[in-house]
Amino acid sequence: MTDAIRALGFLAVRAAADLGSAAAFFADVARCIVSPPLRLRSVIDETWKLGVLSLIVICVCGLTVGMVLGLQGYNTLVRFGATESLGAVVGLSLVRELGPVLTALLATGRAGSATAAEIGSMVASEQLDGLRMMSIDPLDVVVMPKAVAMVLVMPLLSALFIACGVFGGWLVGVRLLGVDGGAYLTSLETSVDFRDDVMSSLIKAVVFGVLVGWVATYRGYTSAPNAAGVSAATTSTVVVGSVAILVFDYFITALWGVTS
Amino acid sequence: MNPSPGRDLVVGGFVLAGLLALAWLSFTVGGVDFESGDQLVVRAKFDELGGLKTRAPVVISGVRVGQVSDIVLDDDYRARVTMRLDGRLQLPTDTTASIVTAGLLGDRYVVLQLGGDTKMLASGDEVSFTESAVLLERLLGKLVHDAGGDGTDDAAGGTAGGGEKREATP
Repeated sequence: MTDAIRALGFLAVRAAADLGSAAAFFADVARCIVSPPLRLRSVIDETWKLGVLSLIVICVCGLTVGMVLGLQGYNTLVRFGATESLGAVVGLSLVRELGPVLTALLATGRAGSATAAEIGSMVASEQLDGLRMMSIDPLDVVVMPKAVAMVLVMPLLSALFIACGVFGGWLVGVRLLGVDGGAYLTSLETSVDFRDDVMSSLIKAVVFGVLVGWVATYRGYTSAPNAAGVSAATTSTVVVGSVAILVFDYFITALWGVTS
Repeated sequence: MNPSPGRDLVVGGFVLAGLLALAWLSFTVGGVDFESGDQLVVRAKFDELGGLKTRAPVVISGVRVGQVSDIVLDDDYRARVTMRLDGRLQLPTDTTASIVTAGLLGDRYVVLQLGGDTKMLASGDEVSFTESAVLLERLLGKLVHDAGGDGTDDAAGGTAGGGEKREATP
């Protein structure tokens, strides 16, 4: 009995310590971002790795999600004879939820895990210690560009995901199932509001970018310096990142509803 | 990594494509409209909007010519709808504005029917002839009430209540 309580206490202390060191890590990286040099070169290189190389998976998934939404929305709406609202169904669900959330989940799996593994193997092969020995801050050189690139890339990927999704819904709804093309676009344009929908979508994407960049770099940076540590860092990045995205999604949606 | 011009080009293209998608979302889909000078702003008062919302389309003969920009309750407790229309339109002063529904349950929008007057509406004028939205539930209620009042058809008023009545009698 006391063992169980002791184990619980140990878990709680470890969780609190982990959260605290993650917060300190966040503050350190934030300090590296605002203090010169900007390291634009490294940020561009990371944008290539995290953004451009994720482009295909984002576009294909966006297109497919849009097509599924078009099909499902049509099958539901056709019962009420309201298929001209298909654009609203596809557009609102993509802009409000599916665009930022699915993009962030895909980016966690594609770019976040890669980031964690890269930093983790740098830790394991003592490259970060080598940098420290030359009195170069690995946070500034290695971690900061990756975190910045993740935050920059997420809204762009999310917007591309939504655009591909709207196109996918158009393909299925208008070209395949014969919904009027004008009605699709009109209901899309009239139902999607700039402040309520597009702005909240953008905010979500930026927050998710911060979350994924934070979790991935932190897990990689603090991983145990061996093969198992790198694997654990990668796994934990995907798990913690995905859960954090979904939890924050709920709170952003709720708070945005309160403020507007 | 060493700088490579080819890759930088792709990164630039990616950022550009992302920004274009964002701009498309904001301006076309989200409908941020700049206050362009060439607009005809007309107002109309309605007794019943029936769920008309801002940004709803305004059409003439089925062609979209503008959108509802503002809905407020007027001093005489009627809904005052402000519409921003294409500035090139010449609308006679006896134009009628009516609120109709796309499909049976679709969105509400405003239809303008042009009159025959030679005087034209200027920006800021009010359309004096309006036709309010027809509420489906009110129509149905009236229909059910009328059918029940005749006493000819019990089914219209009492299909739902019939079962309960039968249970209560024995």
